[in-house]
Formats: sequence, structure tokens, C-alpha cells
Amino acid sequence: MYKTLKKYFPVFVIPTLAAFAISFAVPFVMGVYLSFTEFKIVSESNWVGLANYIRIFTTDETFLYSLWLTVKFTVVSVITVNIIAFSIALLLTKGLKGTNIFRTVFFVPNLIGGIVLGHIWSLIINGVLGYFGVDITYNPDYGFWGLVVLMNWQLIGYMMIIYIAGIQNIPDNLNEAAAIDGASHFQTLIHVTVPMVMPSVTICTFLTLTNSFKLFDQNLALNGKAPESSLLALDIYKTFYDHTGLKLAQWHGMGQAKAVVFFLLVALIAYVQLRATRQKEVEH
Amino acid sequence: MKSRGSFGRGLVYVLLFLIAVVFLAPIVIILINSLKGNFYISSSPFTFPTEETFVGFENFIKGFNQSDFMRSFANSAFITVASVVGIVLMTSMTAWYIVRIRNKFTRILYYLFVFSMVVPFQMVMYTMTYFAFEFRLNNPWGIVFIYLGFGAGLSVFMFSGFIKSIPREIEEAATIDGCGPVRTFFTIIFPILKPTAITVAILNAMWIWNDYLLPYLVLGSGENKTLPVAVQMALTGGYGNKDMGALMAMLVLAILPIIIFYLFCQKYIIRGVVAGAVKG
Repeated sequence: MYKTLKKYFPVFVIPTLAAFAISFAVPFVMGVYLSFTEFKIVSESNWVGLANYIRIFTTDETFLYSLWLTVKFTVVSVITVNIIAFSIALLLTKGLKGTNIFRTVFFVPNLIGGIVLGHIWSLIINGVLGYFGVDITYNPDYGFWGLVVLMNWQLIGYMMIIYIAGIQNIPDNLNEAAAIDGASHFQTLIHVTVPMVMPSVTICTFLTLTNSFKLFDQNLALNGKAPESSLLALDIYKTFYDHTGLKLAQWHGMGQAKAVVFFLLVALIAYVQLRATRQKEVEH
Repeated sequence: MKSRGSFGRGLVYVLLFLIAVVFLAPIVIILINSLKGNFYISSSPFTFPTEETFVGFENFIKGFNQSDFMRSFANSAFITVASVVGIVLMTSMTAWYIVRIRNKFTRILYYLFVFSMVVPFQMVMYTMTYFAFEFRLNNPWGIVFIYLGFGAGLSVFMFSGFIKSIPREIEEAATIDGCGPVRTFFTIIFPILKPTAITVAILNAMWIWNDYLLPYLVLGSGENKTLPVAVQMALTGGYGNKDMGALMAMLVLAILPIIIFYLFCQKYIIRGVVAGAVKG
């Protein structure tokens, strides 16, 4: 039968492949090429070699700033989201009645799209700051911590679910053995629970990492008007679309070069994640 | 693990209740403000509506009328449903083909799909938009095709993982009965894939329904705009005085369908999201 199936290539593969080629593969290759050019529109480009890459790391005023901001934001989010999510997961796995309703509630923010989420928090944060006569654009720190709060609100429920699954997979006899040996609750937590949920910790760390690093919608909705609060993805967007005039071709080239660097950083994170999870599998 | 007595248990409940309040507060704040008069939203955003400030559903009626809410809601619904159906059907077929026909070409194809999952959207945003306009894909049907291309990575990956565990004997028995590949796929394979298909459908539906940048670049902010684009426009568009009441109502209307959907399919959504996390 597989011989016949082979002839059905146009039915089984062509539609997906055509869509994949037009919306992803060809644009990707073009994108890499265009990062070495200056172009007003995609079809008219001038080769400039590494000039765009040199510019974004030297003369460009926003790229390194937003890269550093993104790194800071990612580190803070990864730490806060995971600690809070793990703590809530601990509370919800104590075997108490009615905890499912809490699980349901904590997961809700995860369903709301980034744009709507960003605007909800923009209204709340500006509402609070309004009492002091300022708004979120007043101080870049407000924008930064606003994003951290938003990220926590959105991701904690999601990570909590993964931690709950991890904690529930711990065999009961491990906890019983610890109790018989006279371990306190805290000792059991440090020496049994935490080591046993390490696979969940790895998954959650990388999920928070990539989600924070690639954040765009929330950033646009919450801090779109505050240039000092643009993370990397938003900075790339602004490089492409917020410029007009004579230097437009140069801006587009720089935008594309930033995008390539952004892609390489995300790929690096993914590679490290792959290595980390592979290593875990060998150990088990 | 048993908790320490009823006092400890009570403390955990209090703690959980407080966290739940923090989690729901933002949504509740939007909800109460959507029932207040325009002026009172900016002057006292954190108070409950009083007799003086309460305006009933006036904001919702304004929200419906002003922002062509219904139109963008319908656009979003059509694009999400059509894209999810297309992705589930097409990528499951593709996955079956590349798992069963093993050669160099299908292997490269598989790795290309996996690779695409790593690439952030900004990398292809500008060039993709160019092609979308060149190929006249800048309409609701066209964007369904684009979503098939962007959704292919994760979906083919997830279907392939499951198909590898299906024994070939099942399919071969069907062939002896005289079924062609298409019938074999839809009568034998697809029903087995159902759990994965539900996961793939939920992950893609949540992504496409909430997606902003892709539909904004491809469909623009005209009559084809989707709901997130309409929300973003309404809340940032500088057409004179912003009608805060209508905006609040719009946010509520944007959240409501998702929460209703969630309450009905909670089990599948949580399971799907976790499965997607572990695999992706």
C-alpha cells in the first residue's frame, strides 16, 4: 500500500508544503539575505555586506538597550513566575477538598490574548498611577515592573499546572519513607519534592524563558507609547514600521539584521533546552 | 501529605482564597468599570458603581455600535475555525505520509517543520507580509492558508510523534480489504489520532484567536480586521476623546467568549496546553 501512498504525494503533502513554503520557508531565506542589504521594498535591494550588523551594534540607539532590557526582564520573570507557581502548586497538592476550583481560576489569565491582557493592565496601572498624577510612561521602571506583574499574572497558572502534574507523579512511598525517617515538612520539600520535580522545573524554566524573551503583544499594548520600555521584539517591529523618509531602506536592512540576531538568540535558548532535556533522559 | 490539623488547613484555604482574589481582581475591575459612566472610570477606577455612576448596559451598546465589534468578532471566528479545521486535516495527512514514506526528502521535510517552531515571527514578518500581498493572500481565506503554513511546524511534529506509535499492521489490514490511501487514512488512522487532534486543535485555536501581529500586517485595520486588531485600534486610536466606557465594554466582550469556552472544555484545554508544553 505504501507504494500507492507515495503516488498520493500531491494530496497528502502539497497543500501543507505549499503553505509552509510561501508563509515561512521562502520568507525566512529571503529574510536572511535581506539582512545583508538595504531595501525599501523586498524586491529592490542593494547588497551592503555586514553594514547593518555593524550599525545595530554601534550607531543604533535602541538595539543594545532593548536587548539588555529583555535580558533583565526575562531573568526577573523566570525567577518570580517559577517560584510563585511552584509554591501555589504545593498548596494545591496538599490533598485538600475543593482545590480544583482554585486551579480553574488561576489558569484563566492564560487564555486571554496578549493585546487584551496588556490593555487590562494598562488601565489598572495607569489607574493607580493616576492618583499620583503620572502614568506608565513617566518612568521606565514603571513600565518594566508593569510588564513583570503582567507576565506573572499570565504565566503562573500555566506553570502551576505543570508543577502540579510533576508533584502528583512523586511516588507516595518516597514521602512516607521521609516521614518515617523523621524528616520535617521542610526537609521533605528540599530533599524529596524538589529533586523529584526537576524535569518540570526544566520545562517551566524554558517555557517562561522563551515566552518572556519573545514577548510582543503585551509589550505593545502596555508600553507602546513608552519608547524606553520596548523589548527586543517590539524594537524590531518599530525599526521596520516606525520610520519614513530617505533612510527607509537602511532602517529596513537594520530591522532585518536585528531579526536575524533575535532568531539566533532564540535558537541558542532552544538548543540549550534540547541539551538539558536530553541529559535528563540519559540520567533516568 | 497530610496537613497539620484543621488550623493549618484553614490557613491554606485563606491563602488560596487571597491568591484567587488577586488573580480575578483585574477582570472584576474591568467588569465593574464597564457598568459605570464614562467620566467616573478615569476619576475613580477602583470603586463599585453607585446609583449615580451606574449606567447599565449603555457602554455595551456603544461598544457594539462604535467599533464594528460584531464584524471583527465574526472575522476572528471564521478565521479561527477555518484555520484550525485546515491545520488539523492537512497536517495530520502530511504527518502520516512523512512517517510512513521514509526517504531523504521526507526526513528533510520533517526537520524543516521542527526548525520552523524555533524561529520567532519577527524574523519572517516583513518578507512574509510581502508575499502575502504578492500572492493576494491578504483576505480571510488567504490568511487561513498562511496559518496552515505557520501552524504546520508544531502540528506535524505532534501528529508524527503519535503516528510513530501506531502499528503498521492495522493499516495493512485495511489495504487488503481494498481501501486506497485516502480512505485508509480517514476511516482507520484519523479516528486513532483523535486525542492528538483535539490537542492540536486547542493549541492552534488559542493561538489564532488571540494572534495580533500577523492578521494586523496581512489584513490591516479595515473591514477584514480581527478582534485583537479591533481592540488595539479602539484603545490606542487617537480619534479625539476616547470613550472609556465603550472600551471597557469591549474588553469584557473580548474576554467573555474565551471564558465561556473554557468553562465548557476545561479538561481538554488544560490537558492540551500541558501536552503542547511538554512536547514543544
